[in-house]
Amino acid sequence: MSLTRDGIAYRVACDLPEGSYVNLGIGIPTLVSGYIPAGKDVFFHSENGLLGMGPLAAPGHEDPDLINAGKQYVTLNPGASVFDHPTSFSMIRGGHVNYAVLGALEVAANGDMANWRTPGEKVPGVGGAMDLAFGVQNVLVTMMHATNKGKPKILNKCSLPLTAPHCVKRIYTDLAVIDVTPEGLVLREFAPGLDPQTVQSRTEAPLRVAADCREMNIPAKFHAAQPAA
Amino acid sequence: MVDKTLGTCKEAVASVFDGATILLGGFGDPGLPGQILEALRLQGATNLTVVHNGSGGGTHSLGGLIHDGKVRKLIASFPSNPGNQSFQEKYLNGEIELELVPQGTLAERIRAAGAGLGGFFTPTGAGTDLAAGKESRVIDGREMIFEKALHADFAFVRAHKGDRLGNLNYRMAMRNFNVPMCTAAKFVVAEVDQLVPVGGIDPEDVHTPGIFVDHVVEVVRHPEYLKITTEGR
Repeated sequence: MSLTRDGIAYRVACDLPEGSYVNLGIGIPTLVSGYIPAGKDVFFHSENGLLGMGPLAAPGHEDPDLINAGKQYVTLNPGASVFDHPTSFSMIRGGHVNYAVLGALEVAANGDMANWRTPGEKVPGVGGAMDLAFGVQNVLVTMMHATNKGKPKILNKCSLPLTAPHCVKRIYTDLAVIDVTPEGLVLREFAPGLDPQTVQSRTEAPLRVAADCREMNIPAKFHAAQPAA
Repeated sequence: MVDKTLGTCKEAVASVFDGATILLGGFGDPGLPGQILEALRLQGATNLTVVHNGSGGGTHSLGGLIHDGKVRKLIASFPSNPGNQSFQEKYLNGEIELELVPQGTLAERIRAAGAGLGGFFTPTGAGTDLAAGKESRVIDGREMIFEKALHADFAFVRAHKGDRLGNLNYRMAMRNFNVPMCTAAKFVVAEVDQLVPVGGIDPEDVHTPGIFVDHVVEVVRHPEYLKITTEGR
């Protein structure tokens, strides 16, 4: 068994504490905001100058001046604020944003992350990825455990150009929740029906199994029909 | 009586010269001075260096300027934005130079220029490909790289309201790079949705004080837009 993309996002949302300031990257991270329970105050930040960002704007209700960093029309929650880029990146680079949830192409056992240059891409683009990876205290990575071809993405050493060295705190995949510690990677949770050995077999870097490692407690609607390749 | 208003975008770009460096405001559409950009494309200045978060799209605004071969160099954080065919073609053909800068570093380099600083040290980018050729120093135990202030000859931005003194007010996500850009160029023009009388912007709502702005030109937006932005939704 494995988790759906929404399942990964749900699992991340469970870990974001009340009162936290959070920046979500594109892809799976974007889904996280949908799984914060009503009444739990978590404040979403967007690089282009929004704090307290709400859901996407309903069709026909878009404000032309209100977009997120992915250029989607969004809304603001009560208590939100808008500001310029230097202020926005002071929040990121000054360590005020508590969590950055980012997609990644590769993560290494020492917390190195690569997510800004893909092999064969024509034009490079970095956007705010490095600012987030260097500036935010808790960088959480969401990704599929392996590539479409079944190649592990959690490696001894990244092969792609780094976004930042030693930046990742925790990795959430369709198979597992893994912490990056000074002693290496620690397996905290595995997807329903899996076991630590199976997770290790799909991970290049060695995993230590936490003493309290357990099966993820996650609603059945987030279980993927097919086991991961 | 001071009057910084201009009647047309053509006047706003009349002094742009070949080889000029231009700070171009906006992130996506909010804050992007679309009509000034179109006037700039028609004005004919070439060999330009443009500083902007992305690379524009299609054959209008920045995409158009690049498509027409007016841009020699782009300084940007995310030139790989979708729909940027003009930039992609020129870049792959070696017809346009790219300086790739992390977004926060780009904003701060512009802010530093406006504040009279030579530059700053930041951890962002240290130990990565984007640190190549940059001075490095360990500060409080952390490796940091030097990033130089980014000055320009011109800055073009869009704001929501402006007055004849050059005071500007922005709506929602329009502020982005525009606030620092107005401080970092020798000649600054803002395209505004509404020109208001002096006093028409509450002093507490002036986001760019007129001291930073040389000219203001009103470019009224689509009536549907004005309905949204004045009545709310």
